[in-house]
Amino acid sequence: MSELAAHGVSVAYGRQRVLDQLSLHIGAGETVGLRGASGGGKSTLVRVLALVQAADAGHVSLDGVRITGARHHVPAAARTRIGVLFQSPRGATDPRLRLDDIVAEPLRATGYPDAAVRERVSELADLVGLTPDLLIRRPHAISDGQLQRACLARALAHRPGYLLCDEATAMLDASTQAHVARVLTDYQLESGAGILVVSHDQPLLTRWADRVIDLQPQTHEHRHAATSV
Amino acid sequence: MTTPRLSVDGLTVRFRLRTAVVHAVTDLSLTVQPGELLAVVGESGCGKSVLAHTLLGLLPRNATVSGRAVLDEDTSLLTGRLTGVRGRRVGLVPQSPATALNPVRTGRRLLEETLRAHGRPRTDADRVAADVGFDPIDLDRYPHELSGGMAQRLCTALALAPEPPLLIADEPTTGLDRPLVDHTLDLLRRRCDAGNTVILITHDLTAAQRVADRVAVMYASRIVEDQPTNALFATPAHPYTAGLLDALPDRGFRAVPGHPPMLTALPAGCAFAPRCTRANDACATMPNLSGPARCHHPLIEQEVAA
Repeated sequence: MSELAAHGVSVAYGRQRVLDQLSLHIGAGETVGLRGASGGGKSTLVRVLALVQAADAGHVSLDGVRITGARHHVPAAARTRIGVLFQSPRGATDPRLRLDDIVAEPLRATGYPDAAVRERVSELADLVGLTPDLLIRRPHAISDGQLQRACLARALAHRPGYLLCDEATAMLDASTQAHVARVLTDYQLESGAGILVVSHDQPLLTRWADRVIDLQPQTHEHRHAATSV
Repeated sequence: MTTPRLSVDGLTVRFRLRTAVVHAVTDLSLTVQPGELLAVVGESGCGKSVLAHTLLGLLPRNATVSGRAVLDEDTSLLTGRLTGVRGRRVGLVPQSPATALNPVRTGRRLLEETLRAHGRPRTDADRVAADVGFDPIDLDRYPHELSGGMAQRLCTALALAPEPPLLIADEPTTGLDRPLVDHTLDLLRRRCDAGNTVILITHDLTAAQRVADRVAVMYASRIVEDQPTNALFATPAHPYTAGLLDALPDRGFRAVPGHPPMLTALPAGCAFAPRCTRANDACATMPNLSGPARCHHPLIEQEVAA
């Protein structure tokens, strides 16, 4: 079974429960849209699926194998199969690094040959539309949209099997948004990756996703309802 | 004749890097009236946010600025101290709420501090928060406990607390769901209807179409088109504007071919020419913005020949 799935995941911040026994799956080659109210737990769900945040209850499975639970033991091999584009690129990049080093981070972390790193970074930069003069700058010297494109290149660098895009195009203009959607769709066709697209933009989800899940606002009385739309 | 709220003339901003100069804003001129909502749109990195930071005197030391920007015909925004102007007369909703909020203070403390500094009672905090759709219960949370959309709304509340007559909102709807986007846009529109001025910097063309009176399109540091909103969406004059509109998911969902130029090596002529299907030899020289579009081959007839 090729899928990344959440099973009965619950997360609370203090007394506020943002996810309550939520289950969903992203199949290989599938683009799943996720929408819901601001503050409704979408980004929390992405972090849990990305294996960077432990759920209070429930677990995540990768290709049918349970890989994490509340104790949050995560095999390194599982992490490398999942790429993430976070909502805020400033919070997701090291301000001390140049863009080319940011893009190269997952390559170096996964033992990519040093000699080939530069070539792969250049290939990725070309793919996402980062010009050479941008690659040598640090995050403070470029716009959020440009930094998000660097994050896209970084997310694709190690060829993940699943890509989680948390409002990844929210800060991009229409043309760059269409370009990113094309880059990700081409990557999906080539690699068979499963993609989760979190967005408030209904026309975008209608155009891009195979199916859309509506994350209903959380109440203490009701379990989280992930409704296919 | 009404006094313009803001007059910008020939504004040029450069950033000196070790080995190059970034042409962030070039020869930018615009006038915004009281009660007007101007949207500034364009691809990421075209200079929209630099324009906002320039008008608030928030540029880094390696920036050089020339031209003129005058508030209410009596205050230069490019020379002198902006104490008493920044926040009070020109407000800013910053683009990155995650980095704009003090992480060691709760939302309530941040908002009360702003209100107090501008002579308003701290007890207004709940109302100011509620106005932007931020639940006052959440004011007692720290920034890291807020979602991206909640932090965005808190930043909007902080900018609106001093009730500045000119508000520059830099991507104020990023990360918000559609009802909250509409709520924020309606709030900005109401401010303009009450005689205030808003410059809405956004990449969200749908948002611009919903509330703006006028839309200025920026490309590679210059304004390439400036039209009333309805006219721009119905009959874009610049090929770049037409390309942007065609990229919308509910239109063609096709990216403008190619990529924006490097701002360190802009051509002498039209910077859009390498991506433009209408380009010819004439585009090797810079067109004037004498009609709605800065283009040698506009898609509609220019009122005044370029």
